This record gives sequence, C-alpha cells and structure tokens, in this order.
Amino acid sequence: MPRKSIEDYLKTVYELSQNGATVSTTDMSKALKVAPASVTEMLKKLADKGYIEYSPYHGTTLTETGRRIAEKIARKHRLLERFLHDVLKIDSQKVHKEACEMEHSLSDDAEESLCRLLKHPEQCPDDGKEIPPCDLMISSCEECIRLHNQGLEEVGKHNQNLVAMTHLKEGQCGKISFIRGGHNVLQRLLDMGLTPGTKICVERVAPLGGPVELSVRNSKLVLGKGVASKVFVEVERTS
Amino acid sequence: MSCHSCSYLNKKEINQKTSKRLKIALAGNANVGKSVIFNHLTGLHQHIGNWPGKTVERAEGTLHFKGYTIDVVDLPGIYSLSTYSLEELVSRKYIAVERPDIVINVVDASVLERNLFFTLQLMELETPIIIALNQMDIAKNKGIQVDVNKLEERLGIPVVPTIAVKGVGITRLLEKAIETIEKGPREKPAEVGYGEEIEEKINLLTKALKEVQVVYPRRYVAIKLLEGDEEIEREIERIAPQIVSTAKKLADEIKSIHGHSCSTVITSERYEAAGCIARAAQKLVPPIRPTMGERLHNFTTHKITGYLTLVSSLLLVFYSIFTFGDYTSGLLSTLFNGLEPLFTSAFGTGITGSIVWGGIMEGFIAGVTIVLPYIIPFYIILYFLENSGYLSRIAFLMDNIMHKMGLHGKAFIPIMLGFGCNVPACLGCRIMETQRERLLAAFVTTLVPCAATTIIILGLVGKFLGIQWALALYIFNLLVIFVLGRLAFKVVPGESTALIMEMHDYKWPHLKTILKQTWFRVAEFIKIAFPLIIAGSFALKLAEVAGLLEPVAATLSPITVTWLGLPAITGITLIFGVLRKELSLVMLAALLGTTNFAQVLTPVQMVVFTLVAMFYIPCIATIAALVKEFGWKKALSITMFEIVFAISLGGVALRLLTLVA
Ligand SMILES: Nc1nc2c(ncn2[C@@H]2O[C@H](COP(=O)(O)OP(=O)(O)O)[C@@H](O)[C@H]2O)c(=O)[nH]1
Ligand SMILES: [Mg+2]
Ligand SMILES: [Zn+2]
Ligand SMILES: [Zn+2]
Repeated sequence: MPRKSIEDYLKTVYELSQNGATVSTTDMSKALKVAPASVTEMLKKLADKGYIEYSPYHGTTLTETGRRIAEKIARKHRLLERFLHDVLKIDSQKVHKEACEMEHSLSDDAEESLCRLLKHPEQCPDDGKEIPPCDLMISSCEECIRLHNQGLEEVGKHNQNLVAMTHLKEGQCGKISFIRGGHNVLQRLLDMGLTPGTKICVERVAPLGGPVELSVRNSKLVLGKGVASKVFVEVERTS
Repeated sequence: MSCHSCSYLNKKEINQKTSKRLKIALAGNANVGKSVIFNHLTGLHQHIGNWPGKTVERAEGTLHFKGYTIDVVDLPGIYSLSTYSLEELVSRKYIAVERPDIVINVVDASVLERNLFFTLQLMELETPIIIALNQMDIAKNKGIQVDVNKLEERLGIPVVPTIAVKGVGITRLLEKAIETIEKGPREKPAEVGYGEEIEEKINLLTKALKEVQVVYPRRYVAIKLLEGDEEIEREIERIAPQIVSTAKKLADEIKSIHGHSCSTVITSERYEAAGCIARAAQKLVPPIRPTMGERLHNFTTHKITGYLTLVSSLLLVFYSIFTFGDYTSGLLSTLFNGLEPLFTSAFGTGITGSIVWGGIMEGFIAGVTIVLPYIIPFYIILYFLENSGYLSRIAFLMDNIMHKMGLHGKAFIPIMLGFGCNVPACLGCRIMETQRERLLAAFVTTLVPCAATTIIILGLVGKFLGIQWALALYIFNLLVIFVLGRLAFKVVPGESTALIMEMHDYKWPHLKTILKQTWFRVAEFIKIAFPLIIAGSFALKLAEVAGLLEPVAATLSPITVTWLGLPAITGITLIFGVLRKELSLVMLAALLGTTNFAQVLTPVQMVVFTLVAMFYIPCIATIAALVKEFGWKKALSITMFEIVFAISLGGVALRLLTLVA
C-alpha cells in the first residue's frame, strides 16, 4: 500500500470527522472520488494496520495512531496551501490540488520552516479550516521553535485543558499527556513508568515548593518540583 | 541461615574435589532485598570494592553449594538498563560481558509492575534468569496475592517466592538456580512482543546486524539503537556506521507514526507488557484500614509533624552518638594511654621511644578513638535509617532547601553524615546519580563542621566567649556552606539532575544485614584512614624530634602572625590539625602550656583561630576519601581552595572584628 494513499485516506477520514463522528463509506467515496467498493477494500486494509476502526455498518473512526498521521498530513497540506496562496500568489481555487501533491513529500524540517516563514498561520486560505498546531507546540509555532533552540525535548501529545502536575491538589488524579525536559531526565521519567497516557494521582506535596509524591502503577514516586512542573496532565474529573 | 546449612551439607562434596566454579549475579530495583539475600547467600565471605574505574560499589562473595564454588555479585539497584546512570551502565556491561551463569532477578512482589519492567529488559540481554519473588510478606499485608505459577508461565522463567528477612525460600532459590544452570540453555523465555511496527523494525535491524560482532545480543542492540542509546550507538558507529543511520531513519518513522520519540514508544510498550503480566499474575484486595507503615508515612511526611520528627530524630541521633562517642572515646584513651609505660620500658624514653609512642602509637590511638566510638554507631544508625526507608522521607522533606544549593534532596544525607565525620560523608556522596553531583556534594560535606570541628568551636569559643558565640559561628558555617555550595554549583559545568526517586514503604530493617554492612564500611574506613593518620603522625613526630617545628612556625609567621594576628605557635598546631582537627586545640594547650586560653589569646584571636580551623583543610582521612572517590587532582583542588579560603576569611575577620571591638 503506497504511503501516499494511506495518508490521503487517513486525512480524508480526519477531515470528514472533525467533530469526532464516524465517517460513512459513501462520504469517503464522494470525497476521494473513488468507487465505494474500492474504498471498502482500502478501509479494511487500514483497519488491519491499526490506523482506523472500521465496521461496514457504522463507518470509520481513526485510532490514535491514525489520527496522528492524519493530523500531520493535514497540517502540511494546510501550511502548503497558505504558502502557495500567500507567497506564490496562486489562486485560492487552485491551491488545494497543488498542496495535495506536495504534502506527501514535504519533510518535517521544511514544515517547520514553512510555519516560521508564514508566522504560524492558523487558518486555511481556501476554506478557513484550522491548521493543526505542530507537535512541539503549546499555543504557537514560535514557542515550538524556542523549545527546539533550548535543546529541550518532549514526549507525549498536547491537548487542550492540560495542567502541570504541580498544579494538582493532594488527592487529585490525572493522565499524563506530555513531558518536557532534557534527554536524560525524560528517559529517567519514562523508565520510572511515567509514560504518556499513564494515570497518576498526587498523594502529597511538600510545603514551600517542595517535591511531589505521586502514586503511579501501584507504586509511589517522588519528583522534584522542577521536574514535576514539566509533566503535563489531563485532570480527571472527580464525579 | 541457608549458607550455614548448605556449607554443612556440602563439606563432603567439597572434600571429594568435585568443586566447580559458577558465577551468579543479583539484579533488581533499589530496596527489593538484594543485599539481604546476598548476605544470606555469602555469609562473611564478602569483598566490597568498586567497579574498575567507577565510583560504583561492587559487593562480591563466595559460597559453596552442591559441590560448586559460587561467586555471587550484588549489582547496584537500578530501574532500567539505559544510560541514565553509571549503575545502569555497569550492570548491563557486567551481564553482557562477564556473562554470569545465571542472573537472580530479585523482584519486589508488592510493586510487581515496575519490577517486571526491569525483568523484561533483563530478558532482552538473553542470559539465564530466575526470579526471586521477594517481600511476599509485605505484598500480603498490602492485599496483593501473586500467583507464582501464572507468573512463571507468562514469563517463561522460574520464579521462587521468598521472604528474605526471614530466610524463607533462600535455599530453594539457590537450588532452583543451580538446577536451571545444570539444565543448560532451554527454549528461550517468552519474548516481550512490541507492537507490529516496532517488531518489524527490530527484525530489520537484527538482520542487518548479522555480520557484526558485538558483546550484546543482536536483538538487544537493535532495540537499543531504536531507542537512541548513546553507548550502543557509539559502539556500532565504529564498526558499522550505516546501521546506526538506518536505525535513526527507522526510529524517525516510528516517531512520525506515533508522534512520540521511538524510545518513548518502546518504553511505553514495555511497561504495557509488564503491567499486563502483573495484572494477570496478581490479585488485589486492598486492606480497608491503612497499614501501620502508611500511617507512619503520613506522619513523617506531613508538613508539620514531618519536620518535627525530622528535627527531633536528628537531634536524638547526634545527641546519642556524641554522648556515647565521648564516653567510649575517653575510656579508650585512658586504656591506651595506660600502655605508655609499657612502651617506654620497651623502647626507652629516648628518641626511638618517643617516635614509636608519639608517632605510631598515638596515630593508631587517634584512629581507634574515632572509629569505635563515632564511626561504628554512625553507620549502624545510618543503615537503620536507610533500610527502614526513613532517608527517602528526609530527602522528600529537604529537597527544596537543598535545591537552593543546586543539589537535590538526597544530598542532605551525606551532609547530615558530615556533622559526624566527613569521611563517611564523602563516601556517602555515592547516592547521588551523576559524577558532577557527587563532587559537588562532597565539596559541600568537607565544609560541614564534623565532630572534631565542633569540639574546637565549643572548647574554645563556646567555653571562653559564651555559647551564643559558638552558635553564631555554627550558623556562620552553615551560611558559608550555602554560599560556597551555590557558587560551586554555578562554576562546575554540567546539567543538574532533579530528584526522581521511588518512595518505598516503611520496613523493619534486617539487623544482621545492617551489622554486616556496617562492618564492611568500617573496614573500608580503616583501610583508607589508618595508614594516613599513622603515617602523618609519624612524620610530625619525626619533624618535632628533628627540631623542624620551630623553623616551620617561623616560615609560616607571615601568614599566622602578620595576616591572621595569631601567636606564631598556631602555625604548628594547625599543621597537627590536619591529622585530626581537634588536635589543633589539644596541641595549642600543650604548646601554650595552659588550657585556660583566655590568658594567652584575646577574644578576637579565639574567633579567628576557630574560623581558620573550621575551614582550612579537610582532615587527612577526608582527603584520602576524596582521593579515593574523585582522584588526586580534584582532591587537591578542593584542599587548596579551602586553605586559601580559610586564610583569607581569617584575615578579613580579624580586620573586621578589630574595627568593631
Ligand atoms: N518484610 C520484608 N522486608 C524485606 C524483605 N526483603 C528485604 N526487606 C527489607 O527491605 C529493605 C531493603 O533491603 P535491601 O536488601 O537493602 O535492598 P537492596 O536495595 O535491594 O539491596 C531492608 O530494610 C530489608 O530488611 C522481605 O522479604 N520482607
Ligand atoms: Mg543493596
Ligand atoms: Zn485545503
Ligand atoms: Zn488536499
């Protein structure tokens, strides 16, 4: 299965399911201008690879892995559209088709440079769709470039509504979303079981900005405040 | 316990000269019970040293069992086999290069998931492994039931349940280990399967590595290359650079699919597998009431009661060590000094006699009166605190204060030790993770007023100027530590590491293990400090007999008299203080001919003398410890710095104090 068609399919599912709904095969077929039978066949293959969840009657949703690929390609696509439109002054009716060809060969580095050049745009020129933020970013490309320059690395995924672990109160729980830090510290945290998606609960916070004690994977860990403030979690609503 | 029974059992077999050699390594997380098991296995046939060229401790011992002579190595407690710390590097090198006949992976049954994460990595090293499923009693108390058979089946490795502190299961463990070795390489244990995408890439790399000669198993190398392990990359870069770049490309592919770095994905999947096995093998029935240990934990980490406990336990520890030390030290001194007539009658009162007594014997006495009364109780208490888990609570409570100095909470422990004696404190800096932090912590500890310095502060300033002045000097000392620590932290290059530690449950320590650990640590101290103390005292006595002291004092007088405003004689006493700091006070009394220092020294002189004595040099035994841990260059730099610093400080203090007075 060529990478290009995987990416195009995933991107289509992504775009058609913006509000998280499942996507029907008919819609896919229309959007891709491909016969429904071929679409079905392709979707089955993608499901086998673990990129989507597919059932003939309910339709298609992206898995976490699939969503990442789709998001990345959608971002490249939209950045390219902006570039073609804003810099090369190509007509907004034509940018979509051009971008479709180019998106698959654009490297991540070039993507970052584009983002910088265009001063981190937020919307597509042709349809006003939102450009997904780059992986390294909290709110803007600028921040992501700044992080790069500091030699910091990150693991995990940004989401809305994240808070630093140090903001959790004693007894509050959450799921680790991403961690930022030097290479060594990141490796250490991962080795201690703080991988993205892991549930943690804050047990105790030492006074005067001291370390945080948390329970994770049926054991207890202590993290200095500096480290804990760079671990971002999605707070679990206590209901 | 098992060792007694086995050595009894096997005397016959050994006599039959069927003795064959085996190598067993104990590996596992920190605080799982490796040392207790090690002590059960090896009894007193132990040797504690360092890994070649590293400040990582290596404990080795020998036992005889079923006609085998078995060397046991206790590896340091680690959580992973990455390159985060020296301990991790040393451990994986040892397993891969020295290929022990079997690795006994000690696993804490009460924290199964985290422990299995390490087990899975050990399995990737493809050595024969058996698991000692330890702390079964604690797991039971916490409401965790582990199904040994299921665990065995899921991992494909023999599992022996043990309760190390009670000696339960140790003999069975040893039998099983031998049995596993004798059976020879069986079918491979179950492999940790990673996700399809990663497995695909591991296979690709493993194939590419076919032609390459490495000490590590190929699959392991492939995984580590994908993880971006620096050491393995360097090694492969030398022989097959194209494989490293292929690995980088493959890792990038994973990254673009998952949105995490490849090492994150691999670590996550490994934890996933560990969690899966743990959940399958254990049943959780959490007890309704919090256990005793939990309540104690809450109390000792609470923002009020925690600090209260900390302060009172430290005071108690110091008070009891000092009272005990003072009493026994006095007792021993009288005892030894009672021997003097014996010596004088043997060697005469001439030059030989005074050199033998004053040089060698007094050096020896000095050593003994430190070691027995102070160092031994210190270590016993330290190990008690460490093994029970209280030290982790101290690190938790003290982290933010230590951070102001650029060190993290664990550094409080060597600093605390330093108040007793700087030597164990320097050796105790090993608990820090990186070489940089070890050095920084050691530097700070050499500034801590040890028991001997305290004697000077109390004996001179405290006695003649009042206790409030002594206290002020003490506080000033702490301030200096703080400021210099901060400066050193800024000056020494490198990344500072943060506090990341496991908080273990409170446990009742195993007394025999503590005593053994103390014994070996004291032996180490004796080896480092005694030769130097005796040689130093001998050299000084020779100098005295040769009439060199007066000229030396005269040579030093520009510093002592002109700059510091002290009597010339203090030059000599400060030199003696290098041997043992409180000797500088004892000598001062001897040379000035009085213990009523008020008659011969002005208050300002007393303060200046004490200030200089506090900082001017780490004592000779501490220098030896520094050399052992960090090499000559660093030890000398620290020493030189402190000499210059103390002299400058003394001179400035003199001028300021005369202005005020
Ligand atoms: N209750 C209980 N305590 C144990 C057991 N094994 C070890 N311990 C305690 O756990 C602490 C750490 O043990 P140690 O051997 O020093 O761990 P190491 O860091 O792996 O060498 C000590 O206080 C031991 O007394 C066990 O099976 N049961
Ligand atoms: Mg140990
Ligand atoms: Zn578009
Ligand atoms: Zn397009």
